[in-house]
Amino acid sequence: MTSGRLPIGSSRSLPVRLSVERRLAAPRWLGPVTTIGAVVLALLVSAVIIALVGGDPVRSYLHIVRSAFGSVGVLSDTLVKATPLILTGLACALAFRMRLWNIGAEGQFLLGAWGASAIVLAPVLPAGTPGILVIPAMMLAGAAAGAAWGMIPGVLRARFGVNEIITTLMLNYVALLWMQYWVFGPWSEGGFQQTAQFPREAWLPRLTDLSGSLPAFSGLTIHLGLVFGLVAAAVVWFVLRRGRWGYEIRLIGDSPRAARYAGIDIARHIVVVFAISGALAGLAGMSEVSGVVHRLQDRISPGYGFTAIIIAYLAKFNPLGVIVAAILFGALLLAGREIQPSGVPSMIQGIVLFALITSEILVRYRVRLVRPGRAAA
Amino acid sequence: MTDGPALPARSAGAGAAVELRGIVKRFPGVVANEGVDFTLRTGEVHALLGENGAGKSTLMNILAGIYRPDGGDILVDGQPRDFRSPREAIAAGLGMVHQHFTLVPSQTVTENVLLGLDRPRFRLRLGRYEAEIARLADRFNLRTDPRAKVWQLSVGEQQRVEILKMLYRGANVLIMDEPTAVLAPQEVEELFRTLRAMTAQGRSVVFISHKLSEVMAIADRITVMRRGRVTAAALPGSGATRSQLARLMVGREVLETVARAPSRPGDVVLSIRDIEADNDKGLRALRGVSLDVRAGEILGLAGVAGNGQSELAQVITGLRPYAGRIEIAGREVAMSPRRAVARGIAHVPEDRTGVGSAPNLSLTDNLIMKRYRQPPLARGWAIDRAAARSLAQRLKDEYAIAAPSIDTQARLLSGGNLQRLILAREIDLQPSLMVAVQPTRGLDVGAIEAVHRLLMARRDAGAATLLVSEDLDEILALADRIAVMYEGGIVGTFDAADADIHEIGLLMTGGRRSADDAAAAADAVGAR
Ligand SMILES: Nc1ncnc2c1ncn2[C@@H]1O[C@H](COP(=O)(O)OP(=O)(O)O)[C@@H](O)[C@H]1O
Ligand SMILES: [Mg+2]
Repeated sequence: MTSGRLPIGSSRSLPVRLSVERRLAAPRWLGPVTTIGAVVLALLVSAVIIALVGGDPVRSYLHIVRSAFGSVGVLSDTLVKATPLILTGLACALAFRMRLWNIGAEGQFLLGAWGASAIVLAPVLPAGTPGILVIPAMMLAGAAAGAAWGMIPGVLRARFGVNEIITTLMLNYVALLWMQYWVFGPWSEGGFQQTAQFPREAWLPRLTDLSGSLPAFSGLTIHLGLVFGLVAAAVVWFVLRRGRWGYEIRLIGDSPRAARYAGIDIARHIVVVFAISGALAGLAGMSEVSGVVHRLQDRISPGYGFTAIIIAYLAKFNPLGVIVAAILFGALLLAGREIQPSGVPSMIQGIVLFALITSEILVRYRVRLVRPGRAAA
Repeated sequence: MTDGPALPARSAGAGAAVELRGIVKRFPGVVANEGVDFTLRTGEVHALLGENGAGKSTLMNILAGIYRPDGGDILVDGQPRDFRSPREAIAAGLGMVHQHFTLVPSQTVTENVLLGLDRPRFRLRLGRYEAEIARLADRFNLRTDPRAKVWQLSVGEQQRVEILKMLYRGANVLIMDEPTAVLAPQEVEELFRTLRAMTAQGRSVVFISHKLSEVMAIADRITVMRRGRVTAAALPGSGATRSQLARLMVGREVLETVARAPSRPGDVVLSIRDIEADNDKGLRALRGVSLDVRAGEILGLAGVAGNGQSELAQVITGLRPYAGRIEIAGREVAMSPRRAVARGIAHVPEDRTGVGSAPNLSLTDNLIMKRYRQPPLARGWAIDRAAARSLAQRLKDEYAIAAPSIDTQARLLSGGNLQRLILAREIDLQPSLMVAVQPTRGLDVGAIEAVHRLLMARRDAGAATLLVSEDLDEILALADRIAVMYEGGIVGTFDAADADIHEIGLLMTGGRRSADDAAAAADAVGAR
C-alpha cells in the first residue's frame, strides 16, 4: 500500500500536526456523515462570505429557508420544483451506477415533454377524450420518447463502443432544436414560442383542484408528478437492492470484466439501462408539461437534466438520496428566483459542490492529529 | 550529487546502517507491528520474509517516513530519527521502491528521475542530466535509456527507473517491497545483479518477499515476520533451509508437495479440436490446438507466458471468440460466457482482481456470482438475501476465508484469501470441468499448499481439471498428464509419471525433440 503522509503543519514548532494515511475500509456511517458535514461546512463558508461583503448571513439564510419552506404554499412550490429533479436525478443515478455517463437527461426530458404534448397537439387522441385515457397516454408517450432518445447512445455504445458522454451531450442540442422546431413551427400558437394551452383533460391533477371540498388545499400546485417521482425512486431503490437485475447492474458497475466472467450480457444491459434512464427523464418532461406548464414552450427546462447530474452525485447514486438532494436543489432554485440579484443561492450551490468533492478525501484517508513527543532529529 | 553523495562516516564497529527497536503500529482493528526489532548492517542484503499481512510493508513504510509508528525508535547510523515525510527519510539516505510504481508514463526516464527535485529549474540542458543518470545506471547495472518515455518501458525497466530515482537522491539504504512479484525470471536475475552491485559499493538493501527460493538466493541475512512479530531475527542466509523458513513464516509444518492418490481417469469431459483464436492485439495466439481432458485427471498445461495458454483458457470458458470445435461430455457447445456458467464450467481466472472478483462488492456478492440465477438464491426476479448470506457464511467458514465478515469488500482481502474466495465459489459449484489459470501466482507457501489441496480434492472427486501454470514445479506436483505449449500450439504431451523435466523445459523454449521422439509424440497424438 503506497500511502502518502502529507505533513500539513510542516513548521517544526507546531505542537501537533496532521497525519494523513490511506484507509483500507471506510466505516459505513462515514459516507453520509461527510456528506452532511460538507453541506454544513459549505453553509458556514457561504455565511462568512456573505458577512464579508457586508450582508447579514443569518437574515439571508432565514430568507432562503422562508422562501423555500416558510409556509405550506412555498413548500408546495419547492416540491413542484423538486419533481422534475427527482425523476431526472434518478435517470442519472441509475445510469451512473453502471458507470454509464448519461449526461443527456436534459435532451431526454425535452423529448419526453414533446412526446407527451404530441398526444394532445398532433393530436393522437381526439379532443374530448377523458383524462383517464389522455393522462396515461401522455405518460406512455413521454416515457417512450425519452427511452427512444436514450437508446440511441445506448445502442451506439453497446454495439460500436462509441463514448456515451459525447453522444448524450450532443443529442441534448439535437433534442432542443427538435422541440423548438415544433414550438416555433407546426404547433406554434399565433407565432409565439409556445403552443396552445392543453385542455383540462391533459392536466395532471393538483392539490388545488381539490380546494372545492378541501379549502386548505387552495393554491397548492403540487401535482401527481411528485407521486411518479417518489414511486419511481422507491421502485429503483428496491430493484437495485434486491433484484437479480439490480445485482447485475452493480456487478457491471464495479467490474465489467468480472460481470462478463459471471455470464452477464453487458451490451444488453447498456441498452436497457439507457432506455430506462431515458424513460425516467422523459416522464419528468411529461410531468412538467402536463403538471405545471400545461403547454409546450421553448424554455421548458432551466437545465433540470444538468442539475440532475449534481443531484445524482450528491445522493451518491442512491435513489432515496436523490429525493433529498432534489428537494434541496428545488429549494435553492426557488430561493434563487426570490433573491436572484444577490446571487447567493448559486454561490451556495457552487460551494456545496466543492465541499462535497473535497470531503471525499476524508472517506479515502484517515486524518489524525499527531503530537511529536518523541525524540526528533 | 553526480555520482551520489559520499557515504557518511560511520562509527567504527557499529556496522548498523539502520536499527529499529520495538516498533509498534496499529491500524483500526489490527496491530500491524507489535514490538518489532530489526537491524540492517551496512553492505548487506537483508531479507524480510513473511506471509501476506505479516506486517512487512508497514514496518518498512515506517522506516521510509510514510507511516508514523505508535511506539518504538528508529536509529539511522546510530542517531535517533523521527521522520515526518518520505522526503525527510530520503534526505537521511533511506529510499523505498513500492509495489506500485509512481512514474509519469508520458515523461522520459530522466524527467521522472528529476521529478520533485528543484533542479533543473528550467528544462534546459537536460542532456547533462541524462549523461549523469546514464552513468549512475551503469554503475549499478541498471540498463535503461534515459531518453525513453516511461510508457515504452517494460515493468522490469520501470522498476529500474524507480531504483534510479532513489539512488539519484542519494539513498544508501534501498528498501524493495516485493520487487520480484512483477518480474519475469530473467529480470529477477538482473535485479539481483543490481542489488549485489549496490552492496559491493557499501550500500545496504532490505529485500521484502514471501518467496523462499528468492530469499535464499539473494539474502545475506533473513528476518522472518508473522502476524506483526519477528519469529526469527537475522538468520544467516547461507544456513537457512526451505522447510525451516516455511515453518517460521506460516507457524506450522508446510507440506510443499501435496499427497497424491493415483488418478483414475474416466470419460473425456472436455474435448477441443483445431482451436484457432487471436489475442487482444489481434495477432494469432492459438494455431490449431487439440486436446482432451478426462474426468478425474489434471492436465497440466506448461509453457512460458505468452504462448497462448491464457487465450486457450479464455476460449474454453467462453471469454474469447474462436474457430474450431469444443465438446463438453461429448456434445458440441458454441461456447459463450453464459453457456460456460450454465454448463457448470468452473474457472479460476488468471486476473483475480480484474476478472475473478468485483473489488468493491462484498464477499457475499462475490460468492453468489455464478449461482444467483438459480434457486434457492433466485426467487422470481429477486435474490433471496437470507439464502445468499447463509451461502456466503458457509463458504467463508468451510474454505477459511479470513475476513472480518461476509460484508467485507473483496478488495480488502489478501491475495491468498481472495484466491480462496474464488476457489470456494468455483469448487462449490461441484464442477465436472475446472479451468485453473496460474492459481498460486503471487501466493505465499501456506496459501499455495491450501490451493493445491483444494485442486487435488476436486480431481479426486472426479472433476476434469485443466491447470495452466508457468511454474513447472507446480505442474509436476499436481498434473497427471502434461502438455507443453509453444507459440500457440501444443508441442508435446507426457504422462506425468515419465515426464523428463529437461525435455519439457527445452520444448517450452522452442527447442526440438530428437527425431524418433517427435515421431512417437505424433503417434501419441494421432492415437487419441
Ligand atoms: N493503511 C492501512 N489501514 C488499515 N490496515 C492496514 C493498512 N495497511 C496495512 N494494514 C493492515 O496491517 C496488516 C499488515 O499489513 P502489511 O504491512 O501490508 O503486510 P505485508 O506487507 O507483510 O503483506 C494487515 O492486516 C493489513 O490489513
Ligand atoms: Mg506488503
